[in-house]
Amino acid sequence: MIRKQAIQIRVNGTDYQRDVEPRTTLVDFLRDELALTGTHVGCEHGVCGACSVLLDSEPVRSCCMFAVQADGMNVTTVEGLAPVRGTMSSMQDAFCEKHALQCGYCTPGMLIACTALVARTPRPSEAQVREAIGGNLCRCTGYQQIVDAVLYATSGESAAHG
Amino acid sequence: MKAAAFDYVRAESLTQALDFLTRFGGEAKLIAGGQSLVPMMAMRLARPAWLVDIDRLPALKDVTVESRRIRMGAGVRQKDVEHGAGWQAALPLVRKALRWVGHQQTRNRGTVGGSLAYADPSAELPLACLVLGGVLHMESQSRGARSVAANDFFLGPMVTAIAEDECLTAIDWPVWRSGRIGTSFEETAIRHGDFAMASAACQLQLDGQGAVSALAMGLGGVSGTPLSFPELAAQLIGQRLTPDMAKDVAHVAAAQCEPGNDMHAQAPYRRHLAAVLLERVLLNSAAEAAL
Repeated sequence: MIRKQAIQIRVNGTDYQRDVEPRTTLVDFLRDELALTGTHVGCEHGVCGACSVLLDSEPVRSCCMFAVQADGMNVTTVEGLAPVRGTMSSMQDAFCEKHALQCGYCTPGMLIACTALVARTPRPSEAQVREAIGGNLCRCTGYQQIVDAVLYATSGESAAHG
Repeated sequence: MKAAAFDYVRAESLTQALDFLTRFGGEAKLIAGGQSLVPMMAMRLARPAWLVDIDRLPALKDVTVESRRIRMGAGVRQKDVEHGAGWQAALPLVRKALRWVGHQQTRNRGTVGGSLAYADPSAELPLACLVLGGVLHMESQSRGARSVAANDFFLGPMVTAIAEDECLTAIDWPVWRSGRIGTSFEETAIRHGDFAMASAACQLQLDGQGAVSALAMGLGGVSGTPLSFPELAAQLIGQRLTPDMAKDVAHVAAAQCEPGNDMHAQAPYRRHLAAVLLERVLLNSAAEAAL
């Protein structure tokens, strides 16, 4: 008989308490328990990066940890990147401006990886951008527009854009 | 792609973790960062009945710096070795190896001890540990504390000297303090962060005359375990390393490998990569040491 575990996780600033099965991954917890479906499930074994979230401000793959391991920790999902609900962060806006997505499946993970990069390195080089998204697969864009978007978001050029 | 059901306990102390391991026997797995174990569980290649979480044990996070070695708790995260600005500087080869370990998302969770205990034959940290002559410390209720040299630790693909009821607790990384030291780690993979088709590591020391005074080198991904070549390294001591010497030694080393075949690379190609990469890390290390 598998015993459920009581956990408390802060997600995008809100504390949630739930009883979870130990085998529930963090991404399934976010999507199925909290209905935060912005984080996507791709490969489910740590290859594609679509499920990336910020765990205590650092990008991790939410399919490669169980929710119970995140007990007491602070998670930011793609829903939490914009300062105000219904708006976009400067990185999200830059993705729109530079056509950094087509199907959008990888986009939440890309945004998390790029947001984490810029928090640490406000003016990244192209090589640093490519390294930061090295763990995220995109099958549509060829990556170039994503790189362009991050450089645009951090160039000062985007600030002038309305 | 969901893990089979299991029960979970978070250990409050190492003593408690060892007690759980003894009680649950082979039914339990330790989990820290989980960056290898969780994918294995998702693919149901691993189906432990119990997970014993040791990720938050302070005893496994300790780092003790001594003049000739750094004792690193097995639970130290890979990113903390990669990014730290203190004692980390004394482990240049480990830091270069870490640049090739997975991706930032996995290094943020993954631990140094976890990678060593998992012992993938193409993994970077086991290669660095073997090349540098690391010592691995383990603890269990049945045998108490014991230590094993890296040379006797990696026994086969995903097989180590760790017994079923043991926990890897710390790693001693030898530190070279004197002389002009150069290091290099190179790897070929389908894409950066993927499993290596072949990898090579080298740490080299030059004396005042520019001759090699200490040398450690090895290859990964081309055998069931990482390989080091102390006898070949010894032949270069006291000599000035030339490109021809590096090429010759690299070819002799590569000829000793027994790489496997898979969809990405056949054995002869892996052996070729091994020779090219080992030659490269030798020359890179010598150039860095001469700076």
